[in-house]
Amino acid sequence: MVRFEIHDLNIWFGSAHAIRHVNMEIQSNEILSVIGPANSGKTTFLRTLNRLNELNTNYKMTGAVELEREDIRGIEIEELRRKIGMVFALPLPLPLSIFDNVAYGVRIHGERGKKILEEKVEETLRQAYLWEEVKDRLSESAFKLSGGQQQRLCIARTLAVGPEVILFDEPCSGLDPISTAKVEDAMVKLKDNFTIVLVTNNVKQAARVGDKTAFFLNGELVELDKADRIFTAPRDKRTDGYIRGKFG
Amino acid sequence: MKNPYRTQNIAFFFLFLATLLIVVPVGLIVVIIIQKGLPAISWQFLSDIPRQGMRAGGIFPAIVGTVYLVTGAIIFALPIGLLAAIYLSEYSKDNLLTRLIKLAIVNLAGVPSVVYGLFGLALFVVFFKFGASIISGSLTLGIMILPVIITTSREALESVPYSFREVSLSLGASKWQTIRHIVLPNAIPGILTGTILGLGRAAGETAPILFTVAAFYLPRLPASIFDQAMALPYHLYVISTQVPNVDEKIRYGTAFVLLALVLIMNLVAIVIRYKFRKRKKW
Repeated sequence: MVRFEIHDLNIWFGSAHAIRHVNMEIQSNEILSVIGPANSGKTTFLRTLNRLNELNTNYKMTGAVELEREDIRGIEIEELRRKIGMVFALPLPLPLSIFDNVAYGVRIHGERGKKILEEKVEETLRQAYLWEEVKDRLSESAFKLSGGQQQRLCIARTLAVGPEVILFDEPCSGLDPISTAKVEDAMVKLKDNFTIVLVTNNVKQAARVGDKTAFFLNGELVELDKADRIFTAPRDKRTDGYIRGKFG
Repeated sequence: MKNPYRTQNIAFFFLFLATLLIVVPVGLIVVIIIQKGLPAISWQFLSDIPRQGMRAGGIFPAIVGTVYLVTGAIIFALPIGLLAAIYLSEYSKDNLLTRLIKLAIVNLAGVPSVVYGLFGLALFVVFFKFGASIISGSLTLGIMILPVIITTSREALESVPYSFREVSLSLGASKWQTIRHIVLPNAIPGILTGTILGLGRAAGETAPILFTVAAFYLPRLPASIFDQAMALPYHLYVISTQVPNVDEKIRYGTAFVLLALVLIMNLVAIVIRYKFRKRKKW
């Protein structure tokens, strides 16, 4: 099923043309990994999907992004962001306890029942492979967790509001290999129920977890294909150059 | 030949000296006020009305008046100042109106306090017909401390990391929910600092209350907010310059009480701030 359809997307920050004429589709229940060198527009592309770019004052967009055939600019922004969760590059727990971090979004969307909140917190912490490590210290500050634990907490927090799509913005850039493996495990398990878009600087990570891979360069979508194909026989020689480490 | 080590020592010496110079006046003020004022302090001095043309008795009406005025000023200035700060830091775009508002705040902070007094007289006492009253004085003091509260609150709000706002918004929270649940709770220590500064100024100023509320001598407590009141700074001015032959002890005792009142208010706010700081987790 097609989750996102993107038609001739162009984005500017002031005079900088950050995304150029991008057309693509994102399928549900698969992991699309987005790779490309720094400043190629990967993160900007990701932040377009949940309209987080609009926080910038000099942001301008043309073209259309459709979520299930509905233009995202026509959806109430709070509702859109509830449907499209995001995990940021750095682990960003809120200055609250572990429990309250996960419960934050659920409460925001109006849930007050203690029992329901407790169930939701446990369920999502299990999905993020964190429950066993934190179940006895839920009232402690989230900042006492290690970086990898914090990132899995952020995943649980995102899951708790019940999204359909999860955007990962270089979620492992600050993590050690073991924490990275845990976060990747969580992502792979999640794709059964969610659409995942993963921006990563790590080409090997894209190859490991991605079903499809999109290669961005200077704001252009150079190539989008099945991950096996991109990493074995890319059609564009710029893609080939990047994944072989010739630039970027 | 220059010796960098010695240059450094000389630099450190002067830096230290300059820092020390800040401590000296503060220390001297406190020591002198305590030394000369403490002997005057007694239960009678704190709880009695002034007697014998303010040469004896106590200063209770002035203490009560100052507490009323400061409370009134905060009740008026804190909500308005805080709401304005939230607007400026979270909602306003950088346009002509915003720049105008910011310019107004800067200028409000630069207005001499006696001008506030005259303004309060014209607007609250005469135009709104509140008369010389606690409400006129409180509003005048409130306007005076608004810039302090707005500026410090805005800094406190802006010091909350931007990433927290992004996270909250990305979870589908509205802008107001984000401010209410994430930004404000983490800005409270800074907002309290602004309130502390405002309190201290409001309690100590003489000029703004001179024409708007302060009574030369009032042998009773104010009956309502539309009543005149005595106030510590003005009382201190009166017994120091207007009434002859007032015992030095009484003057310094009054100064001591004023200083202690401000310090106690500060202390309360500092304790609250400390409690919040301990909860701060980043």
